[in-house]
Amino acid sequence: MKIRKIKKDIYSLEKEERMNISPKIFANQEIINTLKRDELKNQNNSLNQLKNLSSLPGLKGVVALADIHPGYGAPIGSATASDLREGVITFASTGFDINCGIHSLVLPITAKELNKKKKEFAESLFKDIPAGVGVGGKLRIDSTQMDELLKGGAEYVVKRGYGKKKDLNFLEEKGRIKKIDVTSVSLKAKERARDQIGTLGSGNHYCEIQEIEKIYDLKSAKKFGLIQGGTFVSIHCGSRAIGHQIGSDYLPILDSAVKKYGININNRDLVCAPFNSEEGQKYFSAIKAGTNAAFANRQVIGVLVKRSFEKVFGLSESEVKTFYDVGHNTAKIETHKFEGKKRKVLVQRKGSTRGFGPNNLAIPKNYRVVGQPVIVGGSMGTNSFILRGTKEAMNETFGSTIHGAGRSMSRSEAISKINGEDLLKKLFEKGIVIKAHSTKGLAEEAPLAYKNIIDVVNTMDLTNISKKVAKLKPIICIKG
Amino acid sequence: MFETFEHKADIGVRGKGNTLESAFEECAKAMISVIIDIDSIEPRKSHVIKLKSSDESNLLISFLNELLFLKDTKKMIYSKFRVKIEESAFENNLKEFTLKATCFGEKIDLKKHDFLVDVKAATYSQLRVVQEDKIFVAQCIVDV
Repeated sequence: MKIRKIKKDIYSLEKEERMNISPKIFANQEIINTLKRDELKNQNNSLNQLKNLSSLPGLKGVVALADIHPGYGAPIGSATASDLREGVITFASTGFDINCGIHSLVLPITAKELNKKKKEFAESLFKDIPAGVGVGGKLRIDSTQMDELLKGGAEYVVKRGYGKKKDLNFLEEKGRIKKIDVTSVSLKAKERARDQIGTLGSGNHYCEIQEIEKIYDLKSAKKFGLIQGGTFVSIHCGSRAIGHQIGSDYLPILDSAVKKYGININNRDLVCAPFNSEEGQKYFSAIKAGTNAAFANRQVIGVLVKRSFEKVFGLSESEVKTFYDVGHNTAKIETHKFEGKKRKVLVQRKGSTRGFGPNNLAIPKNYRVVGQPVIVGGSMGTNSFILRGTKEAMNETFGSTIHGAGRSMSRSEAISKINGEDLLKKLFEKGIVIKAHSTKGLAEEAPLAYKNIIDVVNTMDLTNISKKVAKLKPIICIKG
Repeated sequence: MFETFEHKADIGVRGKGNTLESAFEECAKAMISVIIDIDSIEPRKSHVIKLKSSDESNLLISFLNELLFLKDTKKMIYSKFRVKIEESAFENNLKEFTLKATCFGEKIDLKKHDFLVDVKAATYSQLRVVQEDKIFVAQCIVDV
């Protein structure tokens, strides 16, 4: 496939065969080289997926960000904008882990103070946050309550005593997407989620306590309430099993829809339905319900962290500030400019964070003048970053940006090359306490298995899609 | 026999056998082995799954996803399977495949079972249910 350089770190994948649009790729030379190498080596590569994705009907925009790596169907680290009449809603562009994202807090103590009770805090968090395979949470939800939760999102769990109303101002969509038809979610999906709200899950999901190691942009950091040497919490997880079941339920429905509506897809991975069809609307509603479940899930875990903090440090949980919550596997209706005209589109982000520029009403009031906070999660033991959205992102990527480092090594390769116990020891020597429910699973998430996050973040900064505000260094990491 | 195969972000699971049924059984084992040390599961209890689908590949996906559903809701994890698949043909070339699987396993016990990573779902990615040189293959990528 032909990649054309537009300007430094911005490329386009040239239109060929059945492609309807030429996607832009935001990546440095090294990332582009890796993509090209991968294209020759593997059938299931990012560029091929990007090409297939760009062949869907009714697309207004497709972008790939610097953390791009192969997913199933759509590459992870990509976003699409589809026309509401002509376009489709695609399974692969949101995936099974609906509204996986990061919920974050600012702790009212310095990293120096936290380090004094680091081990105790780690033990407490490990005990208080349900995580790992087959582990349920304390919050039980019966079938009537489940419908309320799916309609109410984080607002519902606040009513059940998890957090304060003011926390909601700092969640994307205020923690609740409206207009949900709860019958779009199967009883099976609801049953599967019954004890899962307030659980971390496993795989790459984590809760990390971090030091704000460096500030790049003082003005924005001040608006965000971040100071060097302060402490930050990132909780990375999604809608858990309800999202997985919604996905499993809709795969065959979308598979039939492709045949019914005669949609030309290059790969079965890309099953979809016209957005403006019964199947498309039902699936969209189910995604919205799953999105709300994820907001609720992260809000509960945020409160569990606050309570754990109160127990160990003797400071009230109300002194811990909810900083922001933003998803990176989403499907939403947004208004963006295409060919000079504002229009409503369906934006699907797969491993891509919303990153709106300054003065957008969707951004919490306190942060609005500098742009939306974007939380970029590092791999275990490496830096994470807080960025801010820009005007350029609104113009170039319909307000979409990176979500993390992106894998560079497969899970099995990581397991064969890295020993979980050795890794724990090495990270411990660096002053990072890792508490994990499975040490074998740990190797899969080792820093070596991921791209260098600094290169990924710098690419977005250099292209002005998202600007660096602060760098975070891990202190404690709780893994599922 | 069952095995897992490479994928950058997720994991592939593959089952091979002399019959379509045994390929399904082995593929289920491959998926369970991603989640847990499969040898640590004792076949204490059995459960019967019945599913229908219009094609064999959707049947495989439904079967694997049903095992994940039982893991999350009943906290049951299975390691041995006895699968029966029947094909019925209707007018207009329409077909229906019926799967009946007896699954043997036990309740999840975090003290006893060593978990590796949770599987979210079975996907259409690299999904293949085929017969190659008399050997049946059932495979797909599972999302972890």
